[in-house]
Amino acid sequence: MLQEKIGGEAAVDARALVKTFGDKRAVDGVNLTVPTGSIFGLLGPNGAGKTTTLRMLLGIIDPDSGTRSLLGHAQPLDASSEVGYLPEERGLYPAMNPREAIAFMGALRGLPLAEGRRRASLLLADRGLSDWEKKPIRSLSKGMAQTVQLLGTLVHKPRLIVLDEPFSGLDAINQEKLEALIRAEAADGATVIFSTHVIAHAERLCERIAIIAGGKVAFAGAVDDARDRLRPVVRLQTRAEDGAWRAALPPGARQVGREWRFELPDGGPEPLLRALIDGGAGIETLSIERPGLHDAFVAIAGASAAAEMGKGAPA
Amino acid sequence: MTGRLNKLQAAFVIARRDYTATVLSRSFLFFLLGPLFPILLGVLFGGIGAKVASDSERVRVAVISSPADFTRLDRARDELAALPGTGQLPFLTSAPLETNNKSLLNAGERSVTAVLEYPFDGPTLIGKLRPEDPLVGQVRLILDRASKGTAKVPEIGLVTLRQTAGATRNAREITARGGQTLLFLLTLLLSGMLLSQLIEEKSNKVIEVLAAAVPVESIFIGKLFAMLAMSLTGIVVWMSVAVGFLALFAPGLFAMLPEPAVGWPLFLALGALYYAMSYLLIGAAFLGIGAQASTAREVQILSMPITMGQVGLLFLANFAISAPYDSLGILAAAFPLSSPFALISRAALDEAVLPHLAALAWQGLWVALILKLAAAWFRRSVLNSGGPKGRWWKRKAATA
Repeated sequence: MLQEKIGGEAAVDARALVKTFGDKRAVDGVNLTVPTGSIFGLLGPNGAGKTTTLRMLLGIIDPDSGTRSLLGHAQPLDASSEVGYLPEERGLYPAMNPREAIAFMGALRGLPLAEGRRRASLLLADRGLSDWEKKPIRSLSKGMAQTVQLLGTLVHKPRLIVLDEPFSGLDAINQEKLEALIRAEAADGATVIFSTHVIAHAERLCERIAIIAGGKVAFAGAVDDARDRLRPVVRLQTRAEDGAWRAALPPGARQVGREWRFELPDGGPEPLLRALIDGGAGIETLSIERPGLHDAFVAIAGASAAAEMGKGAPA
Repeated sequence: MTGRLNKLQAAFVIARRDYTATVLSRSFLFFLLGPLFPILLGVLFGGIGAKVASDSERVRVAVISSPADFTRLDRARDELAALPGTGQLPFLTSAPLETNNKSLLNAGERSVTAVLEYPFDGPTLIGKLRPEDPLVGQVRLILDRASKGTAKVPEIGLVTLRQTAGATRNAREITARGGQTLLFLLTLLLSGMLLSQLIEEKSNKVIEVLAAAVPVESIFIGKLFAMLAMSLTGIVVWMSVAVGFLALFAPGLFAMLPEPAVGWPLFLALGALYYAMSYLLIGAAFLGIGAQASTAREVQILSMPITMGQVGLLFLANFAISAPYDSLGILAAAFPLSSPFALISRAALDEAVLPHLAALAWQGLWVALILKLAAAWFRRSVLNSGGPKGRWWKRKAATA
């Protein structure tokens, strides 16, 4: 729907991508469509094939089979000037200064060097890094260097921004800043794809996601669609501990302390409420909660994949 | 949004960064001063060595004879030594008739190479010598000259010609060897740096940023030409200093250099072009091999066999001087990596210009081919862009 709203073709379209390293099939028939103008999250535990998929989409490596198109180009490097890429393993020349590094990254994407320098100075000033503009990158803190690399990714104003694990290594404040930046770029019309193994980021930012596990896409679609795969959860506390009302609880209901938890029945809350009241349950509290993306992820990718994701998640 | 770069424009962006990062660094100053160190050491130790050689390395022959006989022999030796081309005659030292030759030969200090006993039953030369040794002939010449008494060495008439074919060929061979050696040394010394050119990008992960933005071929082309430009900067500085120094202190030296067959201007132009070609050819191969290395240690290990390989190229190119039209001479000219060395010597020996145009085109073709192969190898093995295991024709059949 978003794609239709923007009126263009898909920013990224991949069909049946396969990549094998040695005997391991890292990516196994991945299909992806990223609508133009969306914020798209690629979720999966470490080793799921997210980075390999992104590297194939960008043309850093070629797939063994399958096709991909980037901003309408069958050869991803043909779209290079309209793409910004922040790799998972950050890389900058330590002897360069931030201004030159940002301008150089822009020049690689076709931005004239002088214009790149001008924009670099402005971008650094916006983030309070003017004092560091001409100091070697080796003297910057890790967070500053990451900011410099991010600015280098955006300096040429790309239409498609690809961020591989952009939040890793950032403290909470910088994570918030990055989230704001991603939203701002999307508001300006850019398509943003980012990979993450932290579900909370995807839940807050993304309109659409793809869940990758074991090199395959387990789910691709809107975040709401993923959450809608599960029924809402009812949490109920009653004054009466027992009674006829218990027959009204659905078969999967389980008791945790004084609280009952169960999926909302197909008929909706009204028949249930009526039966509870008529049965003398005495309703103390009742909430109907929509499942979170984490619950959807567990249901789609499996508990082991979710546990793997949890390992890298911030506390 | 920005305009898309073609491969050469992308290569220029890479080259510009590499060139400025290298030339504007402090270490480049040491690079420029580098040739001064061997020159200074050469001057220092060369002077000491020459003094030592003049004092002790000249061959000495002790003569056991009467004082009158020794005077005759020594005068004969000096007369011969005064003639042009006879500077290597041995020094003679006198020893009394009763001296034991073994005591002279075994003396620790001021030892002699041989002892001449004269004139007992006929002169005898004693030492670790064989009949064909030059010293035997030289002593015989001195004895013959001494037997002539005071008769002078005859004069001969001399007609001086400006040029002969043989003399020209010999002179041009000097230029050919000089040009070839200079080209080889510059390539050997300067192209080795390309082995480690991608280590920095690989170790600090910049390679991912580069490979996502521009074709790998552009990265290789950019790095190669940046280093060529850097080496040319160094050569221009060194040559300017050398020419300035010689013009100041040895102005006649330039006139003494034998003129190459194609003339100096074209020879120098070809020298620059062949240097660029040899650097690009060998550098492209180095870049490709070095790109496979992950650490500086691996590069160091690779550098030894590669240097030996370069020396092999020089040996091959030597045939282009001694036997340019034999099979080895032709092979040296045709084999891409030795071709620039072979052809610069040919420019000194042969006036033909067209073979150079063909050779430059041939060498340029190989530069492109080696770069293409090196980039493909890098993508496949370092960026892991290779396909699944199995023969390529099987994969092709499977795809079909």
